[in-house]
Amino acid sequence: MSSKVVVVVFFIFAILHHDVWNWNNRSLWLGFLPAGLAYHVAYSLIAGIFWYLVTRYAWPHATEAWAEKGSGE
Amino acid sequence: MTTFYILVGYLALLMGLGLLSNRFFKGTSADFFVVSRSVGSFLLLMSIFGTTMTGFAIVGSTAKSYTDGVGVYGLMASWSGLMHSAVFFAVGIKLWAVGKRYGYMTQCEYFRDRFESDRLGYVLFPILVLLVIPYLLVGVIAAGKFIQPTTAGLFPEAFPMPNLPNGNPHPLNGGIPPAVGGGVICLIVLFYVFFGGLRGAVWANTFQTIVFMGTGVIAFYMISKNLGGLKAASEAVAASDFGAERLGREGMMSKLQFLSYCFVPLSVGMFPHLFQHWLTAKSAKSFKLTVVAFPLFIMIVWVPCVLIGIWAAGYLGPLDPGQSPNSVLGRMVGQLVHSPVLTGLVGAGVLAAIMSSLDSQFMCLGTMFTNDIVMKKYGADRFTDRQKIWIARGFILFVVGATYLLAIALQDSAHVFDLGVWCFSGFAGLFPLVFASVFWKRVTLPGAYACILSTALAWGYLFYHDILAAKPAGVGDEEMLVFGMMPVAIIIAISTVSLVVVSLLTKKPSEAIIRKFFV
Repeated sequence: MSSKVVVVVFFIFAILHHDVWNWNNRSLWLGFLPAGLAYHVAYSLIAGIFWYLVTRYAWPHATEAWAEKGSGE
Repeated sequence: MTTFYILVGYLALLMGLGLLSNRFFKGTSADFFVVSRSVGSFLLLMSIFGTTMTGFAIVGSTAKSYTDGVGVYGLMASWSGLMHSAVFFAVGIKLWAVGKRYGYMTQCEYFRDRFESDRLGYVLFPILVLLVIPYLLVGVIAAGKFIQPTTAGLFPEAFPMPNLPNGNPHPLNGGIPPAVGGGVICLIVLFYVFFGGLRGAVWANTFQTIVFMGTGVIAFYMISKNLGGLKAASEAVAASDFGAERLGREGMMSKLQFLSYCFVPLSVGMFPHLFQHWLTAKSAKSFKLTVVAFPLFIMIVWVPCVLIGIWAAGYLGPLDPGQSPNSVLGRMVGQLVHSPVLTGLVGAGVLAAIMSSLDSQFMCLGTMFTNDIVMKKYGADRFTDRQKIWIARGFILFVVGATYLLAIALQDSAHVFDLGVWCFSGFAGLFPLVFASVFWKRVTLPGAYACILSTALAWGYLFYHDILAAKPAGVGDEEMLVFGMMPVAIIIAISTVSLVVVSLLTKKPSEAIIRKFFV
C-alpha cells in the first residue's frame, strides 16, 4: 500500500466522521446504544483496523533503517 | 475510611514503583531523560496513553455528555482516535528517527538543528513552558478538588467546615482540603519522577493507565446493573424530558463545531512531553501497537463514561443551581452503588488519570531546562552525567513547588479550566510547524518564525476575547466559536498560511539540511 493510498483512505475516513444523518437519530441500537454513539463506536473499531492495515502494509521501512544507521548516544 | 485506605494504598504503590524503577537506573543522563531509548511496544502504548488522557477523560467526559449528550463521543473521542494515531504514525515515527540518529532529547534541540538557529530554540522554550504550566495547574487543582469531596466526612475534627446558611452541615465537612490533597499529589509525583526519571514516569503511567481503564469499566458495570441493566438504563433516558434530547445531537452542538473539533487532537504533535515519550521507543516498531490500539483504548475509556453521563441525565434530571456537572460521576457512584470500595477505586482511577499526565509534564520541563537552557549556555561537556541529572531534578523540584503555589493561589479562579482548553489550542496552532519540518523540504526559518508569531497573535486575540475581555450582558460561559467553528480551526488556518507564504518568499534551506533530515 503506498502512502498516497493511505492519505486518500484517511481523508475518506475523516469525511465519514461527519455523520449528519445521525444528527437527530435518537433510536437505540441493541436496545441500549444511541445511534449516534453506536456509529462512532463502530468508527473507532474500524479506525483501529485501518491503522493495523497501515502499519502492516505501509510501514516506513526506509525511515526505520535510516534511524538505525545513526550514532544515537 | 475504606475509600481513604484504598486511595492511600494506591498512592503508596506508586511510590513503591518509583523506588523500584530507581533500582534499574543506569546513572546516565540518557537513561534519566529518555530511558536509554529502550521502551518496547506495550510500555510505550501505556505511557503515551496515560500521558494523553487527563482526569477529563473520566470525570469531564461524563460531565460533558451529561450536558451535551452522546455527540460528545464523536466530538472528542472518535476524532482523537483517528487523529492521534495519524500524528503518531506520520510525525511521531519521523521525530523518533531523527531523535535516535542525532541524539536529541527535547523538541527545541530538534528545531534548532532543523532550522539552523539557536535563537529559534530560545523563542520556543518559553512558549512551550508557558503552554504546559496551565495544563499542570489544571491537574493539580483537579486532584485537590477531587480528593476533598471523596474524603468528606472522614476527618471532621482536622478539617471542619462551617455549616451552610440554612443550618445544614457543609457537604465537604471533614474532607481533605484542596491545598493538602493537591500538595500530597505533587509530592508523590515528584517522588517517583525525582528518583526514577522518565523510567519512573513510564512505569507509573503504565500502572495508572491499567487502573483508570479498569475502574471505569467496573464503575460502568456496577452502575448499569443498579439501573436495571443496559436496556433499562437507556430506555429511562429516552423516557425522560431532560435526558431524551441528549440521545441525539440536535440542539446540543452545531455541525461546524462537530467538524472543526478535528483540529484539537493535532495538539499532541507539539506536546513537548509526548515528544520525549516518543524518543524513549526502542525501535520504530515499538510505535505499531500505539498507532493501532489508540482508537480502541480511547473507546474503552470513553464509551462507559459517555453512557454514564447520559444515564445521569435521565436518572438525576437537571442539576440544582450551583451544582457542577463534574460531580455527576461521583453522584452516580454514590447514589447507585453505595460501595466505599468502588468509590475508592473510582477515586484512584481519577487520580491515576490526572497523575499520569502530571509526571510526564514535570519530567519534560526538567529535561528542557537542562538541555535547552543550561547545556546550551554553558556547554554539555562542562557537566558530568550525574550533574545533568541533578540540574534536572533541581528544576523539577522548582517547577513542582511553583505549580503548587500557583495552584493554591488560583484554585478558586473561574477560568483555570478554560485555560487548559486554550493550551490545547496553542499547541495545535503550532502543529503546522512540526508537520512542515518533517514533510516539507521548502520550509524555512522565517516561515517557522511566521508560524510561531501568527499563532501567538491569533491565539492571544481570541484568548483575550474569550477569557479576559468583559463580555456583553446576556453572554454566558458557553464555548467560544468563531464563524461557528472551534477557535483552533482559525488559529491553525492562520499559522499554516503564514508558514507557507513566508517560506515560499524566503531563501530555500541549504542542501546540507535537507540531506540531514530527509530520508
